Amino acid sequence: MKKSVFLGALTVSSLLAGAAAAATLDDVKARGTLNCGVVTGLAGFGAPDANGRWEGFDVSYCRAVAAAVLGDPEAVEFIPTTGKTRFTALASGEIDVLARNTTWTFSRDTDLKFDFIGVNYYDGQGFLVPKGLGVTSAKDLDGATVCIQTGTTTELNLADFFRANNISYEPVPIETNAEAIQQYLAGACDTYTTDASGLAATRATFEAPGDHVVLPEIISKEPLGPLVRHGDNEWGDIARWTLNALITAEELGITSANVADMAGTPGTNPEINRLLGTEGELGAMIGLESDWAKNAIAASGNYGEIFEKNIGENTPIGIARGLNAQWTNGGLLYAPPFR
Amino acid sequence: MSTLTDPQQGSFRLSMLLSDTRYRSYTFQFIALVALIVAMAFLGLNLVRNLAAQGLDISYDFLSSASGYDINQRPIEYDSQSTHLRAAVVGILNTLIVAVLACVTATIIGVFAGVMRLSNNWLVRKIMAVYVEAFRNVPVLIWILIIFSIMTVSLPAPSAFRGETPTSTMFLDTVAFTNRGVYIPAPVMGPGAWIVILTFVASILGIFALRKYAMKTLFDTGRIVPTFWPSVALFFLPTLLVHFILGRPIGLEYPELRGFNFQDGIQIRGSLIALWFALAIYTGAFIAENVRAGIQAISKGQTEAAGALGLRPNRIMSLVILPQALRVIIPPLVSQYLNITKNSSLAIAVGYMDVTGTLGGITLNQTGRAIESVLLLMLFYLVISLSISTIMNIYNNSVKLKER
Repeated sequence: MKKSVFLGALTVSSLLAGAAAAATLDDVKARGTLNCGVVTGLAGFGAPDANGRWEGFDVSYCRAVAAAVLGDPEAVEFIPTTGKTRFTALASGEIDVLARNTTWTFSRDTDLKFDFIGVNYYDGQGFLVPKGLGVTSAKDLDGATVCIQTGTTTELNLADFFRANNISYEPVPIETNAEAIQQYLAGACDTYTTDASGLAATRATFEAPGDHVVLPEIISKEPLGPLVRHGDNEWGDIARWTLNALITAEELGITSANVADMAGTPGTNPEINRLLGTEGELGAMIGLESDWAKNAIAASGNYGEIFEKNIGENTPIGIARGLNAQWTNGGLLYAPPFR
Repeated sequence: MSTLTDPQQGSFRLSMLLSDTRYRSYTFQFIALVALIVAMAFLGLNLVRNLAAQGLDISYDFLSSASGYDINQRPIEYDSQSTHLRAAVVGILNTLIVAVLACVTATIIGVFAGVMRLSNNWLVRKIMAVYVEAFRNVPVLIWILIIFSIMTVSLPAPSAFRGETPTSTMFLDTVAFTNRGVYIPAPVMGPGAWIVILTFVASILGIFALRKYAMKTLFDTGRIVPTFWPSVALFFLPTLLVHFILGRPIGLEYPELRGFNFQDGIQIRGSLIALWFALAIYTGAFIAENVRAGIQAISKGQTEAAGALGLRPNRIMSLVILPQALRVIIPPLVSQYLNITKNSSLAIAVGYMDVTGTLGGITLNQTGRAIESVLLLMLFYLVISLSISTIMNIYNNSVKLKER
């Protein structure tokens, strides 16, 4: 009898624990910081600068979420994750949101029980080769030794691509980007494959970037986006609409420079007013203050500003907007309306 | 007159389980056992129920679905359409390959270094001491990485072998040392090759028979039958003779640079070499200490007595000291073999696809079945380690002091 009471108590307590874990927003507010999973170091996307402050494209998203939820873009605990540890870190609750160039796939969204809250970078897998190799197409790579980061979708795309083209290759699995660079530069592999954005970022760190070229073939669709745990829809909404706010801000011309002015007095554009909280109650609908979007945009600017500052054409990474331009400019960025 | 009240035989009462000292200990052991089982069952059930509550039911269905990734070192047929189970088997075989290679090499290095550490020569003794201390006190992961990095950076890429005036050439035109690994010629079996192989096996058996005969003659008549040169002759001559009589059925396929890489031949990948040598020299240092301890455990009087009988130092070592020292050496040697097998799971550091790399790495990642994969991994290492222990214990029983 006593034992069943004991078991019952355990069951109740574990249920309570489950309920508590579900309300990520309350946890973050109580903690006062956002735990954000990022890369261990990829120039432009997420890496500590000379002073140890995290900077980058994905990092800026973390700061925007922290600003929207807590009002402070610095209230972020950055937790570096590898390709292997990232999902465990998110599933176990160690991090609240994972912003680490992670490809949105069916099985990750469903089987692994995560929710991708949007796409912040449309990418595709490419090949980096030395110019001296004399290769102009990925289909010329028959018999080549290919360095590849293990534990990523690139591994599966690579197998599919070579099988579809009926050519052979030798995979050299590697744990981190840094090791891959070492192997590639020593000639231990003929080509290095990962997302084209990552290749551009990697190439920018070489001593002679001009000696290396990214092949024209993009062999996969890699929509990269932040993700949260499945089942906490309120938190998912906050993460999703923070990203949408950054994208919409660029479309509407709200920048980190003018956001304070625009939020001060209601303007003529009702969508800007609704977004910045001078009209309507959008913030309350997702459990945040009315100035949530203003804070998110003020943190490091709108989507376009974040892109240009970290990975744009004027940075060493030098990536053109391409697919990642606003839909009005022929790109794929298309945020749903704020109403 | 007195009456003796013997304890009644055969009448067991339930209360005796507590009152009778003969049964009491069983009672308590039984209670402890039941409590242990209940506790374990509760923990196990708790795990399963909590996993189910999180939507993570334990399922091994993923093992039969296509893996979708390629593996570079494949001891058995495997491609990206094979199942995850087959990928795990490939990984297991790769683990066993590196473990066996490293165990054999570590034993050779260890015995050599251990004996040399006790040499009368000051320089040899000190060099071995430096080897043991340097390798034993640096983590094996560092050794794996340093050997791999040195190979990658210092050896030429295959492209260096190309062109009119290549900067690198193949060693004796048969072996190519590149930073992707070492390419060696591969044997090609023609018709009749199995006869050559059978002859070779027969020669090996012949060598053992000869040694047995020599030992028997020595014990029976005291006559020493020469064994070294006959053994060498037996090893080479019959096999070569049959090989040439049959018209060279076993050919060699030399590695040749075609396209991006050397083709044909056998490629011993840099990752395998790094892992193999790092494990061998690291564990060899521990084995050297075991060997030294074993030898020093044998009383010095034995050496002196053998010397007084006129045995030469080599024979003292091989006939008197080592057979006795083995009894001390074998048990810790088992732990070193287990260490090698378990340390081989560091393979992922250099991208060697062992079972931790396939099942515990890529499969785990692509399917997200972390608990299932890790449980399987634990089971595998447990089985392998227990098997090694069993085999070595059998060997230990055969060499240990027979007490009668």
